[in-house]
Amino acid sequence: MSTVVLLTLTGLGLAALYFLIASGLSLVFGLAGVLNFAHGLFLSVGAYVTWWAAPHLGLPLAVVSGVAAAAATGALTELVLIRPLYTRHTEQVLVTVGLSLAGVALLQSVWGADARVFPRPEWASHVTGVLGAQVPDDRFLLIGAAVLVLVALLAFLRFTRYGLVIRAGVENRAMVRALGIDVRTAFTLVFAIGGALAGLAGILGGMYFTSVSPGQGVSLLIFAFIVVVIGGLGSVTGSAVAAAGVGLLQQFVNYYGAAGAGDVSVVALLAVVLLLRPAGIAGKAVAA
Amino acid sequence: MTRFVPLALLVAAAALPWSTLDVPGLFDGPLNSPGTLQLLAVCLVFGALALGYDLLFGRAGLLSFGHALYIAAGAYGVDILISHYGWALWPAAAVTVLAAAGLAALLGSVALRTSGIAFSMVTLAFAEVGHILVNRDPGGLTGGEEGLPMRTAGLPDALVGVTNTVNLYWLALATLVVVTLVVHAVDRAPLGRTLTGLRDDERRVAVVGLSPYKIKLLAVVLAAALAALGGVVHALVVGGASPHVASSDLTLALIVMAVLGGAGTRWGALAGGILYAYLDQRLARLGGRLPGPLGEPLFVLGTLFVLAVYFVPGGLAGLRARLRPARDATAREPHPEAA
Repeated sequence: MSTVVLLTLTGLGLAALYFLIASGLSLVFGLAGVLNFAHGLFLSVGAYVTWWAAPHLGLPLAVVSGVAAAAATGALTELVLIRPLYTRHTEQVLVTVGLSLAGVALLQSVWGADARVFPRPEWASHVTGVLGAQVPDDRFLLIGAAVLVLVALLAFLRFTRYGLVIRAGVENRAMVRALGIDVRTAFTLVFAIGGALAGLAGILGGMYFTSVSPGQGVSLLIFAFIVVVIGGLGSVTGSAVAAAGVGLLQQFVNYYGAAGAGDVSVVALLAVVLLLRPAGIAGKAVAA
Repeated sequence: MTRFVPLALLVAAAALPWSTLDVPGLFDGPLNSPGTLQLLAVCLVFGALALGYDLLFGRAGLLSFGHALYIAAGAYGVDILISHYGWALWPAAAVTVLAAAGLAALLGSVALRTSGIAFSMVTLAFAEVGHILVNRDPGGLTGGEEGLPMRTAGLPDALVGVTNTVNLYWLALATLVVVTLVVHAVDRAPLGRTLTGLRDDERRVAVVGLSPYKIKLLAVVLAAALAALGGVVHALVVGGASPHVASSDLTLALIVMAVLGGAGTRWGALAGGILYAYLDQRLARLGGRLPGPLGEPLFVLGTLFVLAVYFVPGGLAGLRARLRPARDATAREPHPEAA
């Protein structure tokens, strides 16, 4: 029993990371139609800025500056690189690929290719007894942050004017433009939100893995892509459900099956979902 | 006359190992030194890989992010059959290429149920499984993160040893020729025109009564076979397989190559692959001497790539087409306008 509880909470912790990355990716894709490969870079930017600022500013302020830096990177990427290529989706993907290659190499040249020890709050290294299982507290940190973000994001999408524009834009971008609303500010906004969430994921991931390295973002990104496809492109709740499913499946199969079987089973899940519901759980039409 | 340029280049490339010319700056040793030949052989293999990938990307418009899977299947397949099971090179290579094509038929039939960006993500996910498997070293087959060095005892004598690097160079050149012939044959065949049609407007192809799904699957399988062939030769040239050939970085590099050279053109991806591989290896060697981020090959190549997407949309091939009017204008006797 205690093993099951521990695996569940660890799986949900991992799911929290996937969700933070995937929700931004999914919104960016749903609204702007951009498959953002540079999302992993935003994640690394957030993690590295926090790592660098923590000794100077203290951890809480460092986290804020990390998230802000990642959000700024996201917004800048949209303004400088994506916007000139509006509607040319393949070129947009290519530019984000180039940006992610160059950006990761830049981080590597500044801070080296080796993993750095990441700071974490004192209490995150403690354990709490849950139903007989000794669960490290960093799991609760991850899950709590993801739930907060999920609630905040849904509230933002539902109750604010920008949220309305974003939701409408995901449904039908051309119609929103025809109504005289400039969707481009919403594009910049979703890139900033996506960047901020990715930065937060990078910071929490750094605390969870207790280290940060330039390539970390890219390896997490692939599972986030899987979560986005399973969840349905453009759907935040879809991403949350898919993230939980993927995280739990991965943890349980990795524990009970052979090494690496968890990662394989996640891709098998992806294949099954695609065969049964090509548009993902949330079931919106997949735009080319 | 331009028809004979590729042939002349091929003859020059085939004759290159007899040249003792020293090109300071471009290469470290004379042209026929083993180091230079090895570097050139890797460049040629990447030319072949990039052109094979362009069959999917530039011609059929399928933005696959999982091509590295089939290159890795080629490299690891032949390496495992030779090093672990003691097969001879040629049957091992043939079985590997066929197996990779079979794998592509299986995975492609699932991935092609999606289209556009979702296809890219699904292929990326499949390839990542390959990368993870290779790293986990199942049953001691792949050597994990260390990679699997080729057991030279299983290879023909002509391909073993530093003095025989020249044969590896010729093998790489021959592979490039084979891939080029196949891709160009597809270009000329009805299949090639249908693929271009799919890229431009899939519905029209369907309306004509052709099955886009089957044609795309055929393209995926063919491209995978070419990738596996390239992977086999890559393993021979660099003396083994390493997890890097299975990583998504390699697929991203292939995309960069195709775009830099000019996706969908006859020679673009090939030239882009050779250029990229050359820059990647040279910059890595010069790395310590260049200041700051310039010492990272990927920083230079990534930046170059982003600039190319903006300012040279057709890549090297597009650049040539753009310069042509200027060249014609400055020529004494302008050519009659070619449509």
